[in-house]
Amino acid sequence: MTSRSQRRLGRSILLHLVLTPLALVWLFPLWMMVVFSTMPDNGIFSPGIELLPHDGFLDNVNNLQRDTNFVGAIGISVSVAVTYTFLSVLLTSMAGWALARYEFLGKGIVVAIILGTITLPYAVVLIPQFIMVARDFQLANTWIALIVPPLFNSLGVLFMRQAFSMMPAELFDAARVEGVKEWRIFLFVALPLARPMLAALAIILFLASWNNYLWPLLINSQPGAMTAPVALGTLIGLTKVSWGGIMAGAVMLTVPMLIVFVLLQRHFIAGIAAGAVK
Amino acid sequence: MRYRNATAYRFLTPYLLIFAIFWIWPIISSFLISFQATRTVPWRFAPTFNWGRLIGDPAFFNALKNTLLILVIQVPVMISLAIVMAVLLNSPLLKARGLYRFAFFAPVVVGEVAYSAVFRLMFSLDFGIINKLLNSVGLPKIDWFSNVTPAMALIMIAVTWRWAGYNAIIILAGLQSIPEDVYEAATLDRVSKVRQFFHITLPLLKPVIVFCAVLSIIGTMQLFTEPFLITERGGPGGGTETLGLLLYRQGFRSLNFGYASAIAYTMAGLAIAITLVQLWLTREPK
Repeated sequence: MTSRSQRRLGRSILLHLVLTPLALVWLFPLWMMVVFSTMPDNGIFSPGIELLPHDGFLDNVNNLQRDTNFVGAIGISVSVAVTYTFLSVLLTSMAGWALARYEFLGKGIVVAIILGTITLPYAVVLIPQFIMVARDFQLANTWIALIVPPLFNSLGVLFMRQAFSMMPAELFDAARVEGVKEWRIFLFVALPLARPMLAALAIILFLASWNNYLWPLLINSQPGAMTAPVALGTLIGLTKVSWGGIMAGAVMLTVPMLIVFVLLQRHFIAGIAAGAVK
Repeated sequence: MRYRNATAYRFLTPYLLIFAIFWIWPIISSFLISFQATRTVPWRFAPTFNWGRLIGDPAFFNALKNTLLILVIQVPVMISLAIVMAVLLNSPLLKARGLYRFAFFAPVVVGEVAYSAVFRLMFSLDFGIINKLLNSVGLPKIDWFSNVTPAMALIMIAVTWRWAGYNAIIILAGLQSIPEDVYEAATLDRVSKVRQFFHITLPLLKPVIVFCAVLSIIGTMQLFTEPFLITERGGPGGGTETLGLLLYRQGFRSLNFGYASAIAYTMAGLAIAITLVQLWLTREPK
């Protein structure tokens, strides 16, 4: 018995000996992001090794704001992400509801096409989307351009279809016998029951919008219309720019999401793991 | 269930409308655009104009080579690492599980621009913390940005850091869906943990691992932000230029939509081939 518990102890020590250095390496870039964001530029570009935060964060925020209107860009990013998340959750859960609870003509085809897009590179639709939004609709540098084209997502619909199809049919049939309309059943019976899944979906969609880079870079390239990642990206590679400022921007983009992640870890992980649920 | 066409399509219409306008039509449209000369006004139909250029363009083959090289090295390394992370995080012996999970999963929420900026600063030649640390243990500095091999390595390191935890989350969910009694039987038969891993865990995880691999391959195939921001527009001298970056340059710098569409469809062709391999790998045994 002792030899078994000794073996367990040995295995436990070995496990932590492997995992701890790996975890430290993984945390290192995030830690350095915070450290850099608190250092003046002449500190970042000095020969010494600095591994602890200083007190220059607010100076760096000012430096960043001098280089680009980052506060304004954050405002755009927040508004766009909130609107996008609301609309996208509504759209995908309506579609997921229809696919889960009704039999209808063409259902097989709709599902097959949605599945087909999962492995299709986004690059294929990028150019026509750009031509359409920028040239045909003349909507470049607007909120609509940032919000509407990314509304389509396939994994979200499949996730919500899964969520709704797991609910017992009697719940909805009882309401139907009472003569409740379908859209009311959806809004007041189905959606409240799907709350945990809606939370997971909303978090993933918000994050996707918040971090989206390529599409906003292409379509909203005017200074006053840029999202925060795009505004920050324009500074990387410039010569006369404050790197402490860039790091302060990176911290402002990242730390709120890290806090959300810690608080809502369960939903977050459910949302990501759902990618693998067939 | 009886057929309820009208109700179903009322719920589906907004979604399908967006889908049709911003996905279905563009999929067709970019295929058509790839057969047109788009730098003349009006565009004219010229079936071999872009595709002919593509097969003779050294820049295309350079980008294709770099993209495939990153795929072949980065994806297997990252998936293996993700499996290790998931298996270790799943161990009942682990203490302070939350801390370790945070360390590996946190990069999932970090945006491409933010982490590209950090990596660029960390790896800079004279003042980067990585070179300072290398120096402090007696190793020579590495010029990560002026030589192709270290620059490619840097891109792969960055992408692996960003995405390993994401894959570990999916694999961990797969691990947790394996019923306990499978292992109990094996333990009673005195099968070692290592053999259990290779003969029970890995085979049962195969569909999840293949799923992760396909998503990672398709993601890496479109790699854009990292070579755009970290190695400065695919530098040094196109050494880290990827298909995604070439498409960006052709489509949105040179405004050559026809050629960029041909590049996009090349990526789609690769993706379809990879998906078919996936379906074949995970087919139901007869």
